[in-house]
Amino acid sequence: MAGVVLKDVNKVYPNGYQAITDLNLEIADGEFLVLVGPSGCGKSTALRMVAGLEEITGGELSIGDRIVNDVHPKDRDIAMVFQNYALYPHMSVADNIGFPLKLAKVPKSQIRARVAKAASILDLTDQLDKKPGNLSGGQRQRVAMGRAIVRQPKAFLMDEPLSNLDAKLRVQMRAEIASLQKDLGVTTVYVTHDQVEAMTMGDRVAVMKRGFLQQADTPQNLYDKPANVFVAGFIGSPSMNLFLVKLGGTIEAPTIELGDQTLQVDPSALEGRSELTDFIGKDIVAGVRPEDISDAGLADEDERSPGETITTTVHLMESLGSEIIVHFPLPVESFSIMDAEFEGEDALEVATDSIGRTIYVARVSPRSQARLGESISLRFDTGRMHFFDPSTGLAIRD
Amino acid sequence: MVTRTNDSEPNIVRRVALPVAVLAGLVGLARLSLRLVKEPEGPGDVLASVYDLVGQGASADAIRDRGLQTIPSVALTILTALILGIIGIWYLFWALNALVDALPQRVRESVRPYVYLLPAVSLLGFFLVFPAVWTVWLSFTEDRGWRNYLDAFQEADSRRALVNNVIWLIVATAGSVSIGLVIAQLFDRIKREALAKTFIFLPLAISMVGASVIWRFVYWWKPPGTGQIGVVNAVITKFDAEPVAVFQTVPINTLALIAIMIWLQTGFAMVILSAAIKGVPTEHLEAARLDGASELQVFTRVILPSIRPSIITVTTTIAVAVLKVFDIVYVLTGGKFQTDVIANRMYKEMFIFSNKGRASSLAVLLFLMVVPVMVLNLRSARRQEAMR
Amino acid sequence: MVLPRFLKRTPLHVAVIVIVALWSLPTTGLLISSFRPQNDVVTSGWWTVVEHPFEGSNWTIKNYSRVLESDGLWRALANSVVVTLPATIIPITIAAFAAYAFAWMKFPGRRMLFGGVVMLLVVPIQMTLVPLLRMYSGLNLSGTYVGTWLAHATFGLPLAVYLLYNYISSLPSEIMESAYLDGASHYDIFRRLVLPLSAPALASFAIFQFLWVWNDLLVSLVFLGTDSEVATLTATLNELVGSKGEKWHILTAGAFVSMAVPVGVFLGMQRFFVRGMLAGSVKG
Repeated sequence: MAGVVLKDVNKVYPNGYQAITDLNLEIADGEFLVLVGPSGCGKSTALRMVAGLEEITGGELSIGDRIVNDVHPKDRDIAMVFQNYALYPHMSVADNIGFPLKLAKVPKSQIRARVAKAASILDLTDQLDKKPGNLSGGQRQRVAMGRAIVRQPKAFLMDEPLSNLDAKLRVQMRAEIASLQKDLGVTTVYVTHDQVEAMTMGDRVAVMKRGFLQQADTPQNLYDKPANVFVAGFIGSPSMNLFLVKLGGTIEAPTIELGDQTLQVDPSALEGRSELTDFIGKDIVAGVRPEDISDAGLADEDERSPGETITTTVHLMESLGSEIIVHFPLPVESFSIMDAEFEGEDALEVATDSIGRTIYVARVSPRSQARLGESISLRFDTGRMHFFDPSTGLAIRD
Repeated sequence: MVTRTNDSEPNIVRRVALPVAVLAGLVGLARLSLRLVKEPEGPGDVLASVYDLVGQGASADAIRDRGLQTIPSVALTILTALILGIIGIWYLFWALNALVDALPQRVRESVRPYVYLLPAVSLLGFFLVFPAVWTVWLSFTEDRGWRNYLDAFQEADSRRALVNNVIWLIVATAGSVSIGLVIAQLFDRIKREALAKTFIFLPLAISMVGASVIWRFVYWWKPPGTGQIGVVNAVITKFDAEPVAVFQTVPINTLALIAIMIWLQTGFAMVILSAAIKGVPTEHLEAARLDGASELQVFTRVILPSIRPSIITVTTTIAVAVLKVFDIVYVLTGGKFQTDVIANRMYKEMFIFSNKGRASSLAVLLFLMVVPVMVLNLRSARRQEAMR
Repeated sequence: MVLPRFLKRTPLHVAVIVIVALWSLPTTGLLISSFRPQNDVVTSGWWTVVEHPFEGSNWTIKNYSRVLESDGLWRALANSVVVTLPATIIPITIAAFAAYAFAWMKFPGRRMLFGGVVMLLVVPIQMTLVPLLRMYSGLNLSGTYVGTWLAHATFGLPLAVYLLYNYISSLPSEIMESAYLDGASHYDIFRRLVLPLSAPALASFAIFQFLWVWNDLLVSLVFLGTDSEVATLTATLNELVGSKGEKWHILTAGAFVSMAVPVGVFLGMQRFFVRGMLAGSVKG
């Protein structure tokens, strides 16, 4: 068993395109690390470099304690599960799973034993003689995993293995993969574009954008302490509301202007953010998660904090039963985490109402009396507000 | 794919010795088998030698006297050819591949592709490219040199053949494609479509020689008054007309030959166009019908434009086959009675008159006629690929 | 009701039946005539058998026994088999390796070389005959099976490489990457994955090539000759037309013998043939 270490890894293609820049990541032995990010962020490229399917242009890759930059994939002791499973359609399940062993010239009796063992772990024993064409999506997925397991590798690499499954199956397989990994204790690097999948499965999650590592941390830390605006907006669904506003007031009593209403920021938000003093009177990105906004009308008398309440109208309502998602307009500019030149102009489009105000999102209690088109008072839990430097995108900290 | 090789490999002597041994074995096998397959008496000879070796002298002599029976002889030849062909070539590749593995790591993967390509490229180079270039050379150096080309256009017989090729090109191609189109559209609507299509399609499996015999029978002429046995003349005499000697009557003979080609090629056009027609989304057809178009208009305004790429493909492919037509003319008329075509003249110049230069120039002319059609074909194919 | 609908479609059905009948007429004529006694064939039209279809004296199989034994068609049939089988198998193997190299290996000039091979589809056989004849007589290959196999194999290669390349390059790359990760060499991948998975394309081309070689006349005449020891069915049939032009009872039987095998193969493997045609309809 071994950990995987990427040190200053760079990937530049022959045409000059830099896919990965200065990637530094240490994956501990037995850890389940998820690489997540929008398409084109380099997560698959990074995984393929670890696998040996792509050349590493610069930097060092180690598996175990061995530098493996120039080592053949077969000798890196890794196993990969592809997005489309890559099952050999003309071979039976047993032959598919045993294929790597056959190539390694393992004696037939051993192959049979190891295949049987992998099959029993994955509940495939009844399927061993069937061909992949006769299996369900979930079963095929398991065969792909069986082929990886049977090699007893030092690390599993998984490239969006659940993308081809329907939603319900995906949820089920997520749990299966996670528990399987815990049982086997094998270091796993998992790539996905789905942040929910990332958050539920990973011991740690590495968020990437355009070839740069944004932040690698536990899911809770990514949620509570995003290192920059991108991570803040990427993690969490619905996404964090990002207001581009001026920081007003004083450092003891800061305020932000949301249109013609002023929001008083709870001083507890300043803890650990001493640099905020430099931003008084300047532009700042203030982030509030939808779940940190509540219906002020439901609060008890003594909990009402008028300074933290904003009045607006209900633009759209989505009743989920367990909560209500309220879309509301504010005449405040939103900060976009997408890249115009990379994701295209369309990615920059924000929802606006008929008079050009940006629509933001709140998650309120199902007991809320909100009505479509009517006025609503929303209380912002400013103690849980996030602040970012609009020029660098970095979180404002100590 | 990144190309790298294994660290763990057996020692170099074994890695080289084994493939070299296999190669040597293959060469020996080839030389042995060559004796067997080259001559028709080959199998008999070899078998006789084998009998001698095992001391069955009498059987050996018997074979040498009477020769081997057809079936065992043929069987031996085919067996040898298949062994050479499949196993021989396979092990050739295996051995060459193993030798590449024995090379130093740095050069291995750059050399390997060439090994895989070697047999194909050598065969093509040696038996196709080199002779083709030589033919061009011959056309300018043998007989009357570049004047061969002039002759081709100035001699009456040659001009006749060229004109015929053009007539063939237009009539045979247009005929096959249009009839194939109509049939494809018609058959699309019936239940036993596949069965019906098979009948139209069948002639494709028949050789042109066989088809020529079939139609020779259809066109057969017997003196008036005796019972006609050819369908065409039987019908003609039913209408109290004189039977026609089809192959000798001037404009009709070429058309009759062309009819055979159409009979052969229509099935091909039908299959391709039928698939294309089925590929037109039904929504387009339904929308047109709802807009008030008649069936004919649906056909001309919706279906035809949609299947244009397939029409181009089919037309060009048939056109190339038509330009190269040889068998039909050779078997039925030998080019006489003004039915000659270029491929047939080329054959005569080469085989009968041994005029290498003239034959070569005709081959080059044929090539030049075919090239633009093929270019159209490949360009259309590439455009279709790009759209997919 | 079923009846009115059928009536409305009657013109269509009639048209279809007429077309099918017309198309099959020539072949039917040939078939029926081949089973009629010599005298009948040359005196009455073959359609007259419908008047007395079940009279024994109207039918005979003597034509076939005659044409097979005395006219050398048995030998010709054997020769056709000898020429066709290897000429089908050899190009497939060679082309498969080449197609794999073009599809999945990287080397300089790959595109140009492939383009060159495909362009060779344009060259008509006639462009090679004169020099090849000279080369063959020098190499002692004239009139031999080997020479014919080589010629047919070469002429079939461009199409084979083209068809197989299209198919092989469309195989999912992940399968190969996965095998590569597991330690498979190019040779392993080719043998264990690409070849089995390419079976449909290989079958399609095999049928194409089989029919093409079996039915060929030109290459037979030029490289094999008309010597009855080696002549194929097509060449022999051609000879029969010349030498026994009036003896229709023989010609019809002979033609049918030459047709039987390819038509049988074709009917049996229709599916692959059609698929092959749709995939790469470029052969002159």
